[in-house]
Amino acid sequence: MRTLTYRDALREAIREEMQRDERVFILGEDIAGYGGTYAVSKGLFEEFGEKRVRDTPLAEEVITGAAIGAALGGLRPIIELMTINFSLLASDQIVNQAAKFRYMFGGQPEMPLVIRMPGGGGAQRGAQHSQSLESWYAHIPGLKVVMPATPYDAKGMLKAAVRDPDPVLFIEHELLYNIKGEVPDEDVEYTVPLNRGEVKRQGQHVTIVTYSRMLHVTLQAAEDLAKEGIEAEVIDLRSIRPIDIDLLIDSVKKTNRVIIAQEGWKYYGTGQGLAALIYEYAFDYMDAPIQHVTSADVPMPYSKVLERAALPNKNDIVNAAKAIVPAALVRA
Amino acid sequence: MKTVEMPKMGDTMEEGKILRWIKQEGDQVKKGESLAEVETDKVNIEIESFASGVLRKILVPEGKSAPIGAGIALIGAADEALPAELAGNGAAGKKPETRVKEGNGIGYAAQNVAQQASVQVAPAAPGQERIFISPIARRVAEEHQLDYQQIQGTGPNGRIIKMDVEAALAQRQAEVVAPAVRAVPSPVEIPVPGPAPVAVEAGEVVEIPLTTMRRTIARRLGQSWLASPHFYVTSVIDTGKLADLRRQINEYAEKDPAPVKVSFNDLIVKAIALALLRMPQVNVSFAEDKLIQKNRVHIGMAVALEQGLIVPVIHDADKRGILDIARESHRLAEAARTSKLHPEDLIGGTFTISNLGMFDVDSFTAVINPPESAILAVGSITPTPVVVDGQVVVRDRMKVTLSSDHRAIDGATAARFLQELKRLLEEPFGLLL
Repeated sequence: MRTLTYRDALREAIREEMQRDERVFILGEDIAGYGGTYAVSKGLFEEFGEKRVRDTPLAEEVITGAAIGAALGGLRPIIELMTINFSLLASDQIVNQAAKFRYMFGGQPEMPLVIRMPGGGGAQRGAQHSQSLESWYAHIPGLKVVMPATPYDAKGMLKAAVRDPDPVLFIEHELLYNIKGEVPDEDVEYTVPLNRGEVKRQGQHVTIVTYSRMLHVTLQAAEDLAKEGIEAEVIDLRSIRPIDIDLLIDSVKKTNRVIIAQEGWKYYGTGQGLAALIYEYAFDYMDAPIQHVTSADVPMPYSKVLERAALPNKNDIVNAAKAIVPAALVRA
Repeated sequence: MKTVEMPKMGDTMEEGKILRWIKQEGDQVKKGESLAEVETDKVNIEIESFASGVLRKILVPEGKSAPIGAGIALIGAADEALPAELAGNGAAGKKPETRVKEGNGIGYAAQNVAQQASVQVAPAAPGQERIFISPIARRVAEEHQLDYQQIQGTGPNGRIIKMDVEAALAQRQAEVVAPAVRAVPSPVEIPVPGPAPVAVEAGEVVEIPLTTMRRTIARRLGQSWLASPHFYVTSVIDTGKLADLRRQINEYAEKDPAPVKVSFNDLIVKAIALALLRMPQVNVSFAEDKLIQKNRVHIGMAVALEQGLIVPVIHDADKRGILDIARESHRLAEAARTSKLHPEDLIGGTFTISNLGMFDVDSFTAVINPPESAILAVGSITPTPVVVDGQVVVRDRMKVTLSSDHRAIDGATAARFLQELKRLLEEPFGLLL
């Protein structure tokens, strides 16, 4: 095992897939000579050349539409959109085209398209550039939406996404690129499935479901809770669509309590979607109402102080756990 | 106007406490419908109405007791006049206490603040406000046929949560494991040992909070030990013929339409029952100014559970055949392990058997399960050298020890009882006759 940053793990995944399969190519804004806005594609232009590492105009709809055409034509494009906020410009291509082809043409064409883009806030990018819009896309049948939180999962899931026959939205987070974690050595080939969550910490008092950057916040909160005797089970969803519902239900049956911690807004977001499923499949196992830890219900403030106040944090999770885990249970 | 009387629901019942009125004043009542839940010295029972009409007046409020035969309510027509002494009683117009709502309905924090401020959360008047209970708590309660309406919830807003149901289940088991000893009017205070005098290093001990079952076992058996002077008589029983008989019975029983396996314990239960039938002076309870001799024979069998001990009862063991006893003991042991015992499985015992034979114990003494007066402790069956006709031979033998309450049973009586039991087990053909 080596220790790599999330950024380097992504780059390794792209490089390995490009080496493995010459149909794989990348395109996006400033990804070639500049190496990508977050330096993920640094060095790939030099290694693979302009045919397979292509800079584009600032036109998300064009980038996405071109990649859809290339995928239909038998190539396996990985596109980089600078942030999920800009993907709204490409939303017709994503929702009306990429998600629909296979269905509308009777399953004949594959759509092996990967759309990489960071989402989330916390870096003072302002209201327009700090959003967590994964629930918008997770709403759409025909799309896969994954949000790995660790370098290991980032590399394994990106490789799996490239090999997947359907469009995969691969959502990163600006504050994850520099985090470090263990990744198998370069000669070890592995992928991580696109439909499986993972229990990242075992516990019996409460299940905390989370993904992406909030996994790390949640694990810290779980440490704090453990000091007070509350053992939280932390589930990293990894994939927003499809949802590994069995993993959630098994955990809920054990703990009877759930917190959903995610950076998006509360209303109509992934948290409420997951909560509805849990109530549907595990109602008879619930001992307390599901708690939601989310961003405040406002556009993201630019002010550093206000931005910090608007984002969900460790204490929010700790307080949510204390609200539903009876003190007497912890003592017992 | 008809008067509903406190019914007699058990031999030892003298009075009953109204736990809950299921019907309220003014409610229509049909004959056979449940009127109220009553707590006796043994169990909680719903009492049924013997008449149809309108429940006009509740004479005994919730939480109060009434002796057997006392009027507890009046049932009549809606427009029928109440007896003069009750008409105009201001109590009828008294408003039920209402539940105090505190907090935002979510957090324990808010609830704790409320408790610190001494806000009394009055129990909701039955039928007037819905019970809040979490789905898993309701599910567990229903699985165990527990009436959760009686549980005080500790969750936010008084919601009943799983923990509350589990506590109530533990209490139910504990209450029936050792029913109240009404025969002992002045319970002896049990001195509580103080903390160990020696200082213990942190980490050397683990403090385990008492479960309700454990607390009840401690209280009941502690009282038994202090109130009743125990003495012990041990007998050695040759089990050779018993084993032969058991083998023959089991050869037959495995081909029965409902196959069953008979244990030594089942045979001993049968033998005790017959011995008690012949010596009713052992089938007694000590009641301070009198002895209560029971005409029926109900044998309790101690079942070890992970969380403690419970004593389900094989009723009328003397009248049952051996296969019937075996089936009943299987059912009770299984129900005990899965917390599925019904209250009626636990009441009425007149004698208890405790068998540690499977743990390879030679012999032991047991504490009497009040209000009974004797308990038989059964050890392992062991090959033993014995002298027969001047020759040493090996025979299978079993030691049994009878603990008796000397207030009710004397040594010679206990010895004769064991003699009879020994005869029944050593010439076991009599168990079948």
